[in-house]
Amino acid sequence: MKWGVLQFPGSCDERDALNACRIAEASLGEGGGSGGSRLVWHEETDLSGLDGIVVPGGFSYGDYLRAGAIARFSPAMNAVAEFAAGGGPVLGICNGFQVLCESGLLPGALLTNERTRFICRQGDLIVGDADSPFLSELEAGTTISIPFKHQSGRFFAPPELLEEIEANNQVAFRYAPGHNPNGSLNDIAGVTNQAGNVLGLMPHPEHAVEEFSGSTDGLALFRGPALAGANA
Amino acid sequence: MSEQSAHRALGLTDHEFDLICEKMGREPNGVELAMFSLLWSEHCAYKHSRKLLRNLPTDGPRVVMGPGENAGAVDIGNGYSIAFKVESHNHPSAVEPFQGAATGVGGILRDVIALGARPIAILDSLRFGEPDTERTHYLVDGVVRGIGHYGNCMGIPTVGGEIYFEPPYEQNPLVNAMCVGIARTDEMVRAAAAGAGNKVVLFGSLTGRDGIGGASVLASAELDEGDDAKRPTVQIGDPFEESKLLECCQELLAEELLVSLQDLGAAGLTSSAGEMASAGNTGIDIDVGLVPLREADMEPFEIMVSESQERMLAVVEPSKVDAVLALCTKWQTASAVIGEVTDSGTFRILKHGETVGEIRVDDLVDGCPLYDLDPEEPAGWTYPNRVTIEDEATPSDITLSLLSSPSIASKRWAFEQYDSVVGSRTVHRAGAADAAVLNIPESGRAIAISIDGNGRRVACDPFQGTIEATLECAANLAVVGAEPLGVTNCLNFGNPEKPGVAWQLGRAVEGLAEACRALEAPVVGGNVSLYNETPQGPIYPTPVVGMVGELPDPEKVAGENWQEGDAVALVGPFDPSLAGSELEKQRGEIGKGLPVREIGPVKTAIELVRDAVRSGGVRTATDVSDGGLSTALAELSISSGIGFEGELSALIARRDCSEDDALFGEGPGGFIIAGEPAELEKLGGQGVDFELIGEVGGNELVITAGNSRVEVLVEEAAAAFDSLEDRIESDQAGLTH
Amino acid sequence: MIQALVLIRPKEGILDAQGKAVEGALPALGFEGIEHVRVGRIVELKAENADRLEELCEKLLANPLIEDYEIETISE
Repeated sequence: MKWGVLQFPGSCDERDALNACRIAEASLGEGGGSGGSRLVWHEETDLSGLDGIVVPGGFSYGDYLRAGAIARFSPAMNAVAEFAAGGGPVLGICNGFQVLCESGLLPGALLTNERTRFICRQGDLIVGDADSPFLSELEAGTTISIPFKHQSGRFFAPPELLEEIEANNQVAFRYAPGHNPNGSLNDIAGVTNQAGNVLGLMPHPEHAVEEFSGSTDGLALFRGPALAGANA
Repeated sequence: MSEQSAHRALGLTDHEFDLICEKMGREPNGVELAMFSLLWSEHCAYKHSRKLLRNLPTDGPRVVMGPGENAGAVDIGNGYSIAFKVESHNHPSAVEPFQGAATGVGGILRDVIALGARPIAILDSLRFGEPDTERTHYLVDGVVRGIGHYGNCMGIPTVGGEIYFEPPYEQNPLVNAMCVGIARTDEMVRAAAAGAGNKVVLFGSLTGRDGIGGASVLASAELDEGDDAKRPTVQIGDPFEESKLLECCQELLAEELLVSLQDLGAAGLTSSAGEMASAGNTGIDIDVGLVPLREADMEPFEIMVSESQERMLAVVEPSKVDAVLALCTKWQTASAVIGEVTDSGTFRILKHGETVGEIRVDDLVDGCPLYDLDPEEPAGWTYPNRVTIEDEATPSDITLSLLSSPSIASKRWAFEQYDSVVGSRTVHRAGAADAAVLNIPESGRAIAISIDGNGRRVACDPFQGTIEATLECAANLAVVGAEPLGVTNCLNFGNPEKPGVAWQLGRAVEGLAEACRALEAPVVGGNVSLYNETPQGPIYPTPVVGMVGELPDPEKVAGENWQEGDAVALVGPFDPSLAGSELEKQRGEIGKGLPVREIGPVKTAIELVRDAVRSGGVRTATDVSDGGLSTALAELSISSGIGFEGELSALIARRDCSEDDALFGEGPGGFIIAGEPAELEKLGGQGVDFELIGEVGGNELVITAGNSRVEVLVEEAAAAFDSLEDRIESDQAGLTH
Repeated sequence: MIQALVLIRPKEGILDAQGKAVEGALPALGFEGIEHVRVGRIVELKAENADRLEELCEKLLANPLIEDYEIETISE
């Protein structure tokens, strides 16, 4: 499947995400690893030909107003909203998660870490029971190890919304006990929309796809939609 | 103020001012004087160090770019090169640690970007006073956050570095940042201007009054006193702007739209444009009326010396100017044609077409007199000593005291504030203390990077201490299987006009030259930071060495923890001594002099370890460094959570050293290797000293040296090793940014 | 043109990590008896009229889920 990875001024992890998409493609025997996946400039509005979208990490527009607040108004994000409404898989990582929350495609908000500092470390996540194509290769309750790195990653939702997220099984990942780096409510590291085709998470699966990085647990998220499609 | 006295306030001597007048055939006006004062400053002209630096080896088969360019570069094969450089931002960081460190990172990134390379790693070498004062806490907090802020927002991983705490840095901290980038060799650009009639394009941030404090003495002659508030001396960094600038430069170069490229650093437009013209043997016209300004009422001299960050200067053929400006617009960065390359050999400053300054490029860039130093070796130890450990401390007490000493203790709390994984190159290593390893799929290999400097040991003996720092880098590379490709350095010293400091500087450069020659590691670039002193005296002389090496296989880097049952060997000509050691510091007994150690046998050991790691037989390897053998063994125990039991009598017999020397002594040439006994035995009998010293296991670190015995629970050792964060963070809480 | 100040602060009840950090540092700096520190933002702007300022705040300047805002017109 062909991925589009959004690129805003100030994006940081877009090449990493594209690399992960290509490695996933290759692992599924598609396109020799450099198939149709490409970067999508923030002013682009035509996503035709793409089968999935990644909104990558970084500091879009410098994050000077509020993480993700400006990027959500970009032309490309309007197209992503339409793409998601049509059921297309959209993965938001870190800043991309913040953008998806700001744009209302995902519930909740991300606040400054409890300890106010940027933190970067490898940590454990427990797969939630959300029903999402991104999780098709991951079994609920299992643990994966991928890097966390962010300064505004504390998941927050008002009590009613939080209850709704839990009741609808929209939690995609929780920090394993002792691994919550930021004070997120209910240890939530990632959520999906109600339909499950939009998933956002603060940790970085794209940095855990190659052996030399110490873990390849992140690859499953990039393989998931293609496998879900094949099984559907 | 008349210009005759203005030149002194600007840091020019009467002799230098007379020389300027002689070269120009008249007295310089305010704009010209401001420009001379900056380019004839120590920072730009290297007037007290250039003669010494000529002795460094700079040539080698892999060198692509050497000193004189924005950064050095070495060939890594398959058409790619690695560009790298280290630079200081000490004084700005002492004034405003967050912005000082952030703009230090921004500046060194731009040096690498200006070569046409994409930065792939940042490392930092930091020095502070002892972590017991509010000032040190404030500086550490600000500097660490500043480095993280800039690198993290840029999406460049900070993969390594070092932090030392010593009293002489209390008022004068050191912030040295190193950047490593990758470029296609044939697409790298030089900084030389070329082609009369080509346009000069300035792009990036708007130009404001940042960093013109030094020259503001001129303003007081030309502006009202009430305008002082308009002259901020602290440069403010904007990593978002730089991130756009990076992508914009990469696209401009990929589209082959540029003749040459230069970043704006210290001395702003004056330095960039002047050095471009000098390198290209051209002239250059700059019209300050065309420079996009943040504040409308800036004087020509202010525009010429402004140190506003995140700006680049390019030379562009007239037919390509529109395409260049369009790409700048795409990346939402300001741009303007501000001048032209000429064949006049003159740097002309205009304001809306009217000449306001005119200087021969040669006079400005190469005219500064170079000075000989007047070195004199001090008779004894000239820095203070203080006792921080009790006389009756047992070997176990000493081990814990060393592990919790600020320079040795874990810096994880600092490094976790840096994004170390962005870019998908960082090779994960459990211990991760020696060298950083980056995967380079472009060449099918990997590179390793190390940065090191131990000011205290250099203070004891500048020649031997600098050799040790260089060998330490090579040893760090060896334990990940890498061999050196090239060296960069930052020479942080006090006032070179003082004979004692001049002696330190001269001997340190000799040591660097000797070690680099022996290792066949050419010095491809560097930076000098002098006058690091306060009324309390100079800093420790601190040459910081950055080394880049290459290894064939990123999967074989010996980064694993040792395992229960592993045999442990000490390899190399390690001849431990307490002279200049961490323990001697704690005992308040530091004195002049280090024992002489030959480079040759150390080099042989380095090569043996490197080959063993490359072969894949060695999983765990580290070199013996600060705190000696007990500290190195304790760190391996802490990292793995598994203890060790061993015995150093063979070492004591072989070196005829004391028990304290064996346990806590320091010096070059020692490696600890752990693994299967059969694999380790292969390292014996190869002309390098080798002895098995013990076995991995249990929950305790037990080392016997004659009648001395270290007995420490791994848990206790870990608590001591992790104690620095609480000491540093006790009275602050990340108040700003 | 009018000039307006938009004050944005974390909603009451939400952990304001920056405010907490500032508050926590005050005793060490010798400031006693200060509490309930909240860290927000001020946005200054000029506009032809105030018509769409509310909308601007709701959509961009503040995130209503976590932040309150106040618009203060300081000159007409």
